[in-house]
Amino acid sequence: MILSISDVHKSFGGTEVLKGISLEVGKGDVVALLGPSGSGKTTLLRCMNFLESAGRGVMEFSGERYDMSSMTKRDAAAVRRRTGFVFQNFNLFRNKSALENVTEGLIVVRHMPKKEAVEKAEATLEKVGMKDWARHYPSELSGGQQQRVAIARAIASDPEIVYFDEPTSALDPELADEVLSVMRMLAEEGMTMVVVTHAMDFARNVSRHVVFMEGGTVVETGRTEAFFSSPREERTRAFLRLEDHR
Amino acid sequence: MSERVLSILADSFFRILIPGLTVTIPLTVISFALALVIAIVVALIQYAKVRVLKDIARFYVWVIRGTPLLVQLFVVFYGLPNIGILIDPFPAAVIVFAINEGAYCAETIRAGLEAVPYGQMEAGECIGMSYMQIMRRILLPQALRISFPTLANSVISMTKDTSLAANITVTEMFMATQRIVARTYEPLALYIEVGIIYLIFCTVLTRLQRYGEKKLGRYRI
Repeated sequence: MILSISDVHKSFGGTEVLKGISLEVGKGDVVALLGPSGSGKTTLLRCMNFLESAGRGVMEFSGERYDMSSMTKRDAAAVRRRTGFVFQNFNLFRNKSALENVTEGLIVVRHMPKKEAVEKAEATLEKVGMKDWARHYPSELSGGQQQRVAIARAIASDPEIVYFDEPTSALDPELADEVLSVMRMLAEEGMTMVVVTHAMDFARNVSRHVVFMEGGTVVETGRTEAFFSSPREERTRAFLRLEDHR
Repeated sequence: MSERVLSILADSFFRILIPGLTVTIPLTVISFALALVIAIVVALIQYAKVRVLKDIARFYVWVIRGTPLLVQLFVVFYGLPNIGILIDPFPAAVIVFAINEGAYCAETIRAGLEAVPYGQMEAGECIGMSYMQIMRRILLPQALRISFPTLANSVISMTKDTSLAANITVTEMFMATQRIVARTYEPLALYIEVGIIYLIFCTVLTRLQRYGEKKLGRYRI
């Protein structure tokens, strides 16, 4: 077990969007977080990296235990240094080239010598098929290319777990495929990943576990094959029927 | 135009231009550099909503933007000696211009910071950068890039405003012109001449602005 969270609550104003979520992620596991819009899955992912502060909840990560409702900046930064996060709309640093986007964390956060950081960044960009675009700025790249650079930025520091927040929702199907194939490659290499997604093919073919959320609660979890072939809950079946019709 | 006027104009050209190069430009450059430092600090305080300091920053911007520059110059140069604070004309002008311009530029830079999408901050947080690292390396460069045209506007405006320093005995271009007028009684020709020299200065600045925007334009915001 590399990560577990238990009883995570979160409210915006008076609305409770997470009503006590618990889940566990094993090393090398690929977890797909599914659910209709507004089910709280993105909020959960953001709470897991402290972009939102949870109202309640405990996290255990690599043997350390954290109270998610009262994270110090220092603890949050310490956890983030060992995780990667990929956003729906990429959020590449607009004032930095693709290469600099990847070296930034290595140099500033990890204090890696510049030469070493550049080598590492180039190798990582090569892995996502973006080495030839290293000197380009985000505004000069397509959405799919930007997302691949963002993935390179997230994995360059060898994180123990990478979170993906709807990584292909802002992309055309073609561009989504190039991003999904990079993610599939990472999964096959044994990267631990938690992926909020609407890409059912990815969930079906790449993830090992599925967590299905609705209305701020976990409705059903299970191994991927079992989840898709014989869902236990009626709400899960309704959701899958709807997705099949898309 | 009579020959006399032409020769006065020719004689006075360098006598006006030289204080322009040795006083007006240094006054503008030094004041604006200090104004930028003030502006960045004030903008950061407001952006980060630092308690108490934020209110002080608002108060500063309110007072400075709400009172005339000329009044501010007089308060510092002619007023402060009353309570024992005597400042030479040039440094007094630098202080007033820096504080005055700082208030305007603070608003420009604050708007620039607020125009940077919050996702840039979150992306920095997610790779483990500290707030100050994100500010210095990601947000502020983008905010300054966004603010650049407006800041360039401020420099151009300020170059002309330095003529007000003549009122507190700084011998910049305008003061030099007034002295020549007093001697030759040719106000029309000479004031137009100094106007043209200001125009030349501002033309150069406009060119610099365009060059700067091109240089910065490599990445789009």
